[in-house]
Amino acid sequence: MTYTALSLTLIFVLIPLILSKSLKLGLEKDTVIATVRSVIQLLAVGYVLKFVFEANSNIYILLMIALIIIAATLNARKKGKAIKGITWKIAVTFIMIEVVTQGILLGLNIVPATAQYIIPISGMLIGNSMVLSILFLNRFSAEIETSRDEIELILSLGGTPKQAIQKQLTDSIRASMIPTIESQKTIGLVQLPGMMSGQIIGGADPIQAVQFQLLIIFGLLTTATLTSILIGFLSYPTLFNERMQILRKILY
Amino acid sequence: MTQPNETAIKFENVCYEVDQLSILNNITGVFYKGKITTLVGPSGAGKTTLLKMCNGLISPTEGELFIQNQPITSFEPTSLRKSVGIVLQSAPIIRGTVYDNLALPFKLQNKKFTEADAFNSLEGVGLNSSLLYRKASDLSGGQRQKLSIARTLINRPQILLLDEITSALDPTSVHEIEQLILKINKKYNATIIWITHNIDQAKRLGDFTWIMMEGQLLESGESSILSNSSNELVYQFAVGGEKE
Repeated sequence: MTYTALSLTLIFVLIPLILSKSLKLGLEKDTVIATVRSVIQLLAVGYVLKFVFEANSNIYILLMIALIIIAATLNARKKGKAIKGITWKIAVTFIMIEVVTQGILLGLNIVPATAQYIIPISGMLIGNSMVLSILFLNRFSAEIETSRDEIELILSLGGTPKQAIQKQLTDSIRASMIPTIESQKTIGLVQLPGMMSGQIIGGADPIQAVQFQLLIIFGLLTTATLTSILIGFLSYPTLFNERMQILRKILY
Repeated sequence: MTQPNETAIKFENVCYEVDQLSILNNITGVFYKGKITTLVGPSGAGKTTLLKMCNGLISPTEGELFIQNQPITSFEPTSLRKSVGIVLQSAPIIRGTVYDNLALPFKLQNKKFTEADAFNSLEGVGLNSSLLYRKASDLSGGQRQKLSIARTLINRPQILLLDEITSALDPTSVHEIEQLILKINKKYNATIIWITHNIDQAKRLGDFTWIMMEGQLLESGESSILSNSSNELVYQFAVGGEKE
């Protein structure tokens, strides 16, 4: 695509700006900020990726993955700030996901061990893991607040914190995984996934594009399961003190 | 009445604060073993907080609490909570049937709870056995309260903490529950601490009474203090009007 053609796509930014202004939606400033940020961020990442791909050095690949994990951790932790040590818990989860998924993909020679494969796949899987961890923390905090009486009841009868929180934990894990599973049921029928569409537009063989998309879909199932379970099981003990009492102030 | 010697629970200068707000303020007193102590006072007096503390659901922020002359902190929390049972005022239920709720204390200990055990428990609190497989959320307020009592009794606690357990019941059920608690008290020599807003009930059932107000223990002693206390605040609360 030429830069002239790309600049013509700004029409898609002008339409919401005009509508927002005429209908007094008040979204003009946010729309402009979002547009400017996406242009700067994507162009920057494009140049960085170009440099990393050409350098083809493992150090740069590791640095890019570290950057992805740090950015995802800082974003996801906002939802669980009141959980003690949430930052490292989320970071450990993302690192585990990276190790497990790349371990399988590279270990079994499913994809070549080059930056072109490792970085985009890591980005997609950790990005999904970040969204899932936010979904999980939102749901988990709501479950605990609404089930406080039930949790206290189980503790009062001699139950352990794990027994007291078991239902809320499994419900939250299930709820955060459902969107991933559901969206996969309609994939290809309702929408073509972004990565696959990008490859097809870029001139790749559609069958090859589908194969890579399937790889991502299967990877997403693992990341969905691992993310919720790891964050859940790492987080729940911090909701109780050493006397097995539920802390008064927990999640927000 | 002679003072019994055996202490079930002892409070020593116990305070409880949340966000610098005092909920319990310097509580010192004793609950005697095998006796029924009624706990009265207006809403917000700290009565429920005091019961939850005895069950180990919360800990004092200052002072010490002793269960059978041992610091509460020396007990393992899960075993403490089995021997000091609490029936919460909100009568929370877990999702599932009446059986699921009754079986909960055993399930937490990985023990088998038979249908026969469940029927005995229902009978004990005057609930019809036909309710066993009914969804617990479909029960009336009174039935839930009875189920809640039955569930706490499954652990056979030596100390039983009751938080306004008859407030949602009709007079017949109130009488049944009162008789049940008296029976448990006599048969197992169980120590009962019973929060009630019903002054007559407090006088009728209590060997002893604690009167609490704004986080403080205003007065404690034999339940007759509810009728003849010289404390003006106690008189106003228990009898109404000013003492002549």
